Amino acid sequence: MDKLGVITAFIHSIVAINIPLLYGTVGEIVVEKSGSLNLGVEGTMAVGAIFGYICGCLANSLGVGILAAFLTGALCGLLFALLTVTLQANQNITGLTLTTFGLGIYFFVGNSLKGPDWPTLNNAVNVKNGFADLSIPLLSKIPVIGKGLFSHNILVYLGIIIAVALWWYLKHTTLGLKLRSVGENPAAADSVGINVKLMKYVHICLGSGIMGLGGYYMALLMSGSFNSACWINGYGWIAVALVIFANWNPSLAIAGTFVFGFFNTLRVSGSSLAKAFPALLGWLDKIPVQLYQALPFIITAIVLVVTSIRNKRGSSGLPAALGTNYYREDR
Amino acid sequence: MKKIIALVLAALMLLSFAACGGDTTDNNSSKPAEESKDVSTDASTDASTDASTDASTEESKVTAASDLKVGAIYINSKNDTAGYTYAHHNGITTAMKNLGLDVDTQLFIVDEVPEDKEQVLSAIDTLASKDVDIIFGISFGYIDAMEEAAAEYEDIIFSHATGYKSNETNFNNYFGRAYQARYLAGIAAGLKSLEIENNNVGYVAAYGTEYAETASGINGFALGVLAVNPNAQIHVKKLSAWADEINESAYAKELINSFGCGIISQHCDSAQPQIAAENANVFGCGYNSDMTSDAPKAHLTAAIWHWDVYYKTAMEAAMACDDASQFVSKMGSSAYYGGLKEGFVDVSPLSDNCAANTAAAIDTVRKMMIDGEWDVFSGVKLSIAADGTVTKADAALVDNAGNEIVPAGGASVEDSVITGTMNYYVAGVTEA
Repeated sequence: MDKLGVITAFIHSIVAINIPLLYGTVGEIVVEKSGSLNLGVEGTMAVGAIFGYICGCLANSLGVGILAAFLTGALCGLLFALLTVTLQANQNITGLTLTTFGLGIYFFVGNSLKGPDWPTLNNAVNVKNGFADLSIPLLSKIPVIGKGLFSHNILVYLGIIIAVALWWYLKHTTLGLKLRSVGENPAAADSVGINVKLMKYVHICLGSGIMGLGGYYMALLMSGSFNSACWINGYGWIAVALVIFANWNPSLAIAGTFVFGFFNTLRVSGSSLAKAFPALLGWLDKIPVQLYQALPFIITAIVLVVTSIRNKRGSSGLPAALGTNYYREDR
Repeated sequence: MKKIIALVLAALMLLSFAACGGDTTDNNSSKPAEESKDVSTDASTDASTDASTDASTEESKVTAASDLKVGAIYINSKNDTAGYTYAHHNGITTAMKNLGLDVDTQLFIVDEVPEDKEQVLSAIDTLASKDVDIIFGISFGYIDAMEEAAAEYEDIIFSHATGYKSNETNFNNYFGRAYQARYLAGIAAGLKSLEIENNNVGYVAAYGTEYAETASGINGFALGVLAVNPNAQIHVKKLSAWADEINESAYAKELINSFGCGIISQHCDSAQPQIAAENANVFGCGYNSDMTSDAPKAHLTAAIWHWDVYYKTAMEAAMACDDASQFVSKMGSSAYYGGLKEGFVDVSPLSDNCAANTAAAIDTVRKMMIDGEWDVFSGVKLSIAADGTVTKADAALVDNAGNEIVPAGGASVEDSVITGTMNYYVAGVTEA
């Protein structure tokens, strides 16, 4: 057994399997920074997944798939914005409804197309090749971690770029400042001439579009094999929790995704690590699989406890107006 | 006002979801080939078939083909296009067509029934209200509900796949010697491992030694590989779930990347392990259906079931019964356990990826098993050379802890062990 290869494979899996969480988390951060709590991440990702996959395969183009996933995700966001921003519906309920709605659309579209007409990746060569790993020159040559971290498909890099760009946008641009002010205190933002509704609409759609991309990634990771379980498989819900872990900071979301991914992937790679390093990590083999299955949720619980302690100290990135609708006439 | 509009819109969204849900489970009009009658529809045809059943019972209780009503309880959707439920649905409809039964009016299905006793019992009640003659339950976890219902509905035949419970009258179980098919697939994998000069063979399994079903499958496959390539090492990675697509894919990748496996076999529903093999330029043996279309460059052959073989036998027996209590005696046994001989299991057509002489070797061994001349778990070991010639030699069957299971030259282990208590791996198998 190639011992260092096991570590490389582990690192590679942490990134490759968990990137959809990054898309979901970053998308939700953008939405929440505008003061809207969208619990429909799971549904939005499912919609982006199914439409992105089908459009991408039919057009035989990864770009078309990305575009379709983003746009259909953004459409889910538009629906959410229409209900909560314009019509002032309860955000929690609308988000939950959006989840069931999105999953319903996913199965409706998937089941209608299933069968001989189902577009397969083997027939969409450009999509399949587009999703293949690309090695970054030089960096991917670093021993052990090079192949694990710097040899991934283009959507992994895109996810990291989006996360860093949004961090910069939120932190260092005027528009980002305006967005944060809308999330903190929409009345005050309104009073200084910021178009609160427009800001909310745009960012809910943008964030939802990013979630849709995460769904598309998941579809390609599953090679578009449509069965009775949804491709998203609960990732949307974990993303909602990761937002808190990341403290509403898109660049911290990258770290959050990988820390979380570490535990999530331990189930897959734990026994390989145990066999490669029996003296050091042999105990990994003795952990019952049920504990591995529970690990992501245990970690989530620990994260929530740690975050609530941090929040008491007042260093939270939680937007003050999160979850409350802004109604101008109430001002 | 706005709140009212919001409420209406939200309600609309919920309604549209309900409509979608309804479509996925109830609407099968989009697939004419698989059209079957839903339990919730068409009272008029019910009435007419009822009448004819009554008329025929007055003369003779033996059921005519046109009067047999078949009920089925599925774990997943009857509209699936691959996987376990699809295999059974396909088997039932094929058997009905072969017997001249009308799938549209004589088959009643309750699908997407989870392994929950109350829900299975309620599905059985639904089918009983349609006056079905025989109910097939395809999932292991239906076992207790079917046992209870068999006692309650004495006039209905209950037939349970993969289970071990039965009675002497109207309740049997059925399963097959998948290990025989897996042994044949193992031969294909073994020959390929010699060709690619890689002794590491991976196996993504739902479970390991916890269930005799999975353990016998793993052991059958492993013995097939080892008959060709005695140096092979079979690495088994357990999902601890019957279906878990994300991990089916991830586990296969892990076996390829960390354990250096050049061939990936599987005991799980989806084709993910084969797709992973294809993407990594290695080879694989699928399960349940021919997965060559999922992984055209990787797939060798798959161990498959011909469920229609059993369903045809069972429906014929049901038609021959004067009443439901004779079913088990008509079947000859309360447990149907078909193999290669009955045509119940086999391997899918060999793909072009297979090594030379694979077909010849598999044909020879298949014939030995069909003729009853040899079986997998016995004290006689086959040696299959790269040119496809098969030689027999007495050798003990040993588990991977060194314990002797069958002495050299000894007879095959009992069927009850293969279906119920096989809780070891043979030598050459390790858990990854």
